[in-house]
Amino acid sequence: MSKDIPMTQSEQADAAADTAPDAKHPRIDPQTVIGWGVDADPENDPTYPMRDRSKDDGPGMNWTPPVAQVADVEILQSVEYLRRPATVGQSTPPSGLSGKIRRAAFAYSESQWGHWLLLMLADRVNFVEGIVDDLGKGTLPNPVAEMGLVKSSNARVAGVATLAVAGLAVFGLVTLLRGRDR
Amino acid sequence: MRAMDYRGPRRVRVVDKPMPKLEHPRDAIVRVTRSCICGSDLHLYHGMVPDTRVGMTFGHEFCGVVEEVGSGVENLKAGDHVLVPFNIACGQCHFCKQGLFGNCHESNAQATAVGGIFGYSHTAGGYDGGQAEYVRVPYADFGPTIIPDWMDPDDAVLLTDVVPTGYQAAEMGGIQKGDTVVVFGAGPVGLLAARSAWLFGAGRVIVIDHVEYRLEFARTYCPAEVYDFREIGDPVVFLKKITDIGPDVCIDAVGADASGNAWHTLFGKKLKLEAGSAVPLHWAINSVKKGGVVSIVGVYGPTGNMVPIGNVVNKGITIRANQASVKRHLPKLIEHVREGRIDPKGIITHRVPLEDVAEAYHLFSSKLDGCIKPVLIPSAA
Repeated sequence: MSKDIPMTQSEQADAAADTAPDAKHPRIDPQTVIGWGVDADPENDPTYPMRDRSKDDGPGMNWTPPVAQVADVEILQSVEYLRRPATVGQSTPPSGLSGKIRRAAFAYSESQWGHWLLLMLADRVNFVEGIVDDLGKGTLPNPVAEMGLVKSSNARVAGVATLAVAGLAVFGLVTLLRGRDR
Repeated sequence: MRAMDYRGPRRVRVVDKPMPKLEHPRDAIVRVTRSCICGSDLHLYHGMVPDTRVGMTFGHEFCGVVEEVGSGVENLKAGDHVLVPFNIACGQCHFCKQGLFGNCHESNAQATAVGGIFGYSHTAGGYDGGQAEYVRVPYADFGPTIIPDWMDPDDAVLLTDVVPTGYQAAEMGGIQKGDTVVVFGAGPVGLLAARSAWLFGAGRVIVIDHVEYRLEFARTYCPAEVYDFREIGDPVVFLKKITDIGPDVCIDAVGADASGNAWHTLFGKKLKLEAGSAVPLHWAINSVKKGGVVSIVGVYGPTGNMVPIGNVVNKGITIRANQASVKRHLPKLIEHVREGRIDPKGIITHRVPLEDVAEAYHLFSSKLDGCIKPVLIPSAA
């Protein structure tokens, strides 16, 4: 093949397959692998998960439910449930604009794209709310530290550096705009 | 207490949060001694899972010491060292009776598809997770398992998710002696899936990825034949050429964050109009032999993906998938660890103080410094 004509993916696969297995891709002898075949089981086909009728108590919710947890916060619930599951997570209840969007999302079933896309929208809004909340509490955002670009022990230095860079950027922009006005 | 705090895509920090409290008679409070960052935490970290709220604490792989139990918990007491499966499962609903502990119907109000999972968005129940000094553990009389005296906590923490998920990926493949098994993804779950495939009697185990250091690790840890998909042309064609008719079993151990196709990257990862990038699933369906099995443990979002479902029909493929049912596997896996057949802690590359959680996420997400599995250690451990 001419060097000027790039190989198709199939030809690349051909070329690679011609050399496999090789020193770089050695075949493994199963007998050398510790534990080989210890869990081999002809009965494992078909395999988990499959219906176990011996433990099947028929259609519907026929089990005795656990004691229901009393929630201290607002819990949004899938419209596909007939009743609330017995335990709930109480982390970060819905609030603000993102909370309103999340409540709207839960009007739709899990089958509707609108449900999930509204939740994704709420997540993006919630990100901005998080920054506003930080500022409201007197905490300056420190993206350099939060993105893990420095060790937490250097977070204060990173915060100062971030502020300095942001300040320089604003100063540069103002200077540029003033120059244009003249 | 100190706890990880999600602030938005790719932004996390450690802050002071209120101590968790018992909220149900079957709850326990556990002091965390080890907590991992899971590959599926990265889907949250990248903002790909709907209803991931700012202020949540992630972490579904953790072990620790029982501090307090509710009035309904009789099989645990303060001071017990426990590993806590990532599934929050009641043990008595229709699905738990079937051993489908990842599908418990009594632990997640926000979605019916999946049961509750610690620290994994409100789509998985809105429970704070274990990347913290303390954590509330619901259904503590069912899920947590006492860590045997002889077991290293670094091994124990990996039995909460990674090892059972990899093992179940192989189990769901219905592997029979001599089968050829292809694992897409050389991350922690892929490594354990490949290792487990041998235990089920695979005759040939192949791992596909594009991260060189991880492939190199898979070559010795699993051990497996490894291929970089950037060097083999079309992976589907390549796999058919080296196996004649296609692999018997293909395992998707990557999920939503997959690389390898610009179309899926754009729609799934950048625009988020797909439930993540389904590249390995695409390759698995198209390369597995007719009548073969595709096993999926890679995590995707709940919307939809572009996958060749017509080929599933035409090839007569069986697809099996689920969140791992951790509790079901533990007795056998503890035995495998004791007998030296599985070396969970062998995949740990980084032990990081909880205070440096942001750096740990960055290292893991960007695959820096040879990172395969980071473990967080709280100062109170």
